[in-house]
Amino acid sequence: MSETETITPVEVLYCGVCTLPVEFCEFGKTFKKCKTWLSENHHDTYVKLYESQDGTKTTSSLSAEKEAKISEALAKMQLKEERKQERDLANLKNSKILIKRIQRTKHKHIIAVTNLEVFGVDMKKLAKTFAGKFATGASVSKNAEKKEEIVIQGDVGDEVEQYLLGLLAEKGLTNIKIEQVSEKKPKKKTT
Amino acid sequence: MFKKFSKDDIHTKSNLKSSVQRGLKTKFVDQYPKIEPAINEIVPKKSNVSLYKCEDKIQLYILDEHVLFYQKFDELLPSLKLVHKYPTCFPKVQVDRGAIKFVLSGANVMCPGLTSPGAWLPEESIPAGTTVTIYAEGKENALAVGKLAMSTDDIKSKNKGVGIELIHNLGDELWKFDNE
Repeated sequence: MSETETITPVEVLYCGVCTLPVEFCEFGKTFKKCKTWLSENHHDTYVKLYESQDGTKTTSSLSAEKEAKISEALAKMQLKEERKQERDLANLKNSKILIKRIQRTKHKHIIAVTNLEVFGVDMKKLAKTFAGKFATGASVSKNAEKKEEIVIQGDVGDEVEQYLLGLLAEKGLTNIKIEQVSEKKPKKKTT
Repeated sequence: MFKKFSKDDIHTKSNLKSSVQRGLKTKFVDQYPKIEPAINEIVPKKSNVSLYKCEDKIQLYILDEHVLFYQKFDELLPSLKLVHKYPTCFPKVQVDRGAIKFVLSGANVMCPGLTSPGAWLPEESIPAGTTVTIYAEGKENALAVGKLAMSTDDIKSKNKGVGIELIHNLGDELWKFDNE
């Protein structure tokens, strides 16, 4: 055999924020956070990459104006992403989960849980968990406002509230308001 | 090419028999001969490689929760994580800095991006249809994996049109999937 030498794998440092190799962080959307992460966790690489700027800037093949254009476009994209994240966080803090108790027939009720999408929970999985937990039917459907809601058979509003509080606390979101409302509207059950 | 891919796109997951695993290794080494010394480290003898069959006739070979190869219609492509570990084993081309942003969003590489100063193509011609790893000017690690739409000599001479069809790039859905 011609080659009996073994090749050793190269160890690549991947950024903790954007999961790309650290040299590509500047093209991502979370450059600022990536930089802070890198300086905190791998300070020597940080110094090599960002502080000794003369190496990278002078060997670039593009003209100065093209480089400026690229960095402008990237900065714009990163700013946009930052604003989006701030908005999402604010949204999260302000939104509340609505639990509606609707009467199906004289003695039977169903629970409709809305406004769960902002929290990044998987609706289908959650519906299945509810069904298992409360030993009743649960499904995901779209209501009049075109938003997705989880419909659970039976009068389990309080238990749902408790369960949701627990679930959100696990994720770290402890200040979410959950509101319980009851309606007497006869709702047609759609499957 | 990996624009829409998530866990739901996986139809079936199955473990590979060791005989099939051996066949897979030989096939991979046939396509990329330079990886031969390392193949036994990448896929150790007693490991369990699983096969995930996905939407669009895509097959993923997974080992220990990381994607090793990706297959569509008989051609095996290494995942970028693998390319990062063994950079010398795959044919390499380089694009200039201006193209990085576009490649990272999944665009195909046009010939001018491969012939401008700052880009690099190998001396000997690589035929069209070969899988190559794409590097970026000023960067150490591979940026993407793609298939040559024209041979490198054609790219140098014609310098027009699509040079490389992009299949997998950093930060695309397959990369995100691997990182979960």
